Amino acid sequence: MTRRRVLPGLRLALGVTLLYAAIIIVLPLGALVFKAASLGPEDYWRIVSSGRALASYRVTVLSALAATAFNLVFGMALAWVLVRYRFPGKRFVDALVDLPFALPTAVAGIALTTLFAPNGWFGEPLAAIGVTVAYTPLGIMVAMAFTSLPFIVRTVQPVLEDLDPALEEAAQTLGGSDASIFVRVILPLLAPALLAGVSLSFARSLGEFGAIIFIAGNQPFETEITALLAFIRLEEYDYQAAAAIASVLLITAFLMLAVTNLLQARALRYTARG
Amino acid sequence: MAAARASTRPPRVGDSPSVRRALIGVVLVVGALFILAPLVVIFVQAFSQGFGVFAATLAHPDTRHAILLTVLTAALAVPVNTAFGIAAAWAITKFDFRGKRFLLVVIEVPFSVSPIVAGVAYLFVYGLQGLFGPALEAADVKILFALPGIVLASMFVTAPFVARELIPLMQAQGRDLEEAATSLGASGWRTFWSVTLPNIRWALLYGVVLCNARVMGEFGAVSVVSGNIRGQTNTLPLHIELLYHDYQTVGAFAAASVLTVLAVFTIVAKALLERQGAGRARRPSLAGPAAKPAGGKA
Repeated sequence: MTRRRVLPGLRLALGVTLLYAAIIIVLPLGALVFKAASLGPEDYWRIVSSGRALASYRVTVLSALAATAFNLVFGMALAWVLVRYRFPGKRFVDALVDLPFALPTAVAGIALTTLFAPNGWFGEPLAAIGVTVAYTPLGIMVAMAFTSLPFIVRTVQPVLEDLDPALEEAAQTLGGSDASIFVRVILPLLAPALLAGVSLSFARSLGEFGAIIFIAGNQPFETEITALLAFIRLEEYDYQAAAAIASVLLITAFLMLAVTNLLQARALRYTARG
Repeated sequence: MAAARASTRPPRVGDSPSVRRALIGVVLVVGALFILAPLVVIFVQAFSQGFGVFAATLAHPDTRHAILLTVLTAALAVPVNTAFGIAAAWAITKFDFRGKRFLLVVIEVPFSVSPIVAGVAYLFVYGLQGLFGPALEAADVKILFALPGIVLASMFVTAPFVARELIPLMQAQGRDLEEAATSLGASGWRTFWSVTLPNIRWALLYGVVLCNARVMGEFGAVSVVSGNIRGQTNTLPLHIELLYHDYQTVGAFAAASVLTVLAVFTIVAKALLERQGAGRARRPSLAGPAAKPAGGKA
């Protein structure tokens, strides 16, 4: 059935939307792709597969994986505690979870660096046991974990809240222990939300820049993330290399967008059913 | 009622006192070290040489200029993105047209793209080696390494903020009220002001608050297009970097404390607006997760 269009304003609203999206979003990304494409396949491949670029992908991806793994465990525990238990200061903790999003990344960067520097609050005791965080890949991981922490907490929280107690009770009457009920009943129900949170957290870590560059040390081949390499190529006026490396980040972002949308849709389906 | 039921039902998984205490303890300790400590260290460092030094740093002309530039950028970028968000939400939720899903994806793209990529992309539009660079140079129009570039890059990064708050909410609210108003003879503007706006005001404000926080704190994209000219094109986050690398730690943290206060205000405003129901309709995305849904509602 087709509805007769009665509301006014389609032309104006859609016109403004398309014009703005074209100028602000599509034009610059198109210009970047155009610039990268103008390199020709050989030069493009040479730049994006250079040793330094490959090392930067490895550092970025491995740190993002480690940060996401940490957030998976800590974020899940945080969501569980906030949903299941009552304790003094709970609302304060709940609000604090949003801090990494609200805090500008450069501010998070200098704060974390100061904490983990060899003479910092955390850096000094860690140095005593032989762990160096600042200016190592571990520092990159810390910065990524901080900036992407809220994703998993906030995707798991609503699902955990809506979990039907009857399922747990049924498992309890069947004699399941808490641990086995958690693993075999609760975790599978949370899995879609966890997976969606994990993909968001990982995607955000791959693109993070501001918080990382302060704590990373930024040594080529060692602690240089891909976003920084693109930035450095720009400062060297090597615009084509900057375009090529930025295009790798752009393609990765699109892939992650597709994956997160897919997982999101799945998670929503499960939530709606539960 | 929930409390009465709670007393009769058996303990749920993880309710045993030892598990409960252990989990709360671990989460609070890790949370304090990982989230609270960075917040505390900012203020400790900012005031480490007394209030006088703190105040003097903030009063320095370069810092004042950075604050001014940041506020000016937000004053330009936030209203434009608000207007865009309203227009996009109106077009997408009140009408059917082909390519709607594609448009939704395009609007969400800035969330997924690294800010550095955004900055580099703008360079290839307005920079000398970009599409319009030579023409702009000939006409003596400065976009990059000046205010327009900073505002444009900020607009890119925050383009979806208002739209993604409004779209799910207006989708859920449907078109009936607006259609009734127009069939009673109200004009489009009148319908929007008197019917739609009252229904979306909290979500709109929520989007504006988050958009503003991100514009004022944006670092990566702005650092590519600003040129980092001290006292001219340094926004507050860039100024923090500059001071920090100059080993003016107290100055860097004093400037950072200004943005930290903004972040705390943002969190408080977010929590208050969520109590009004804002943020619930949307799903989590890369710019930040959705608020918790209304308690117990499936």
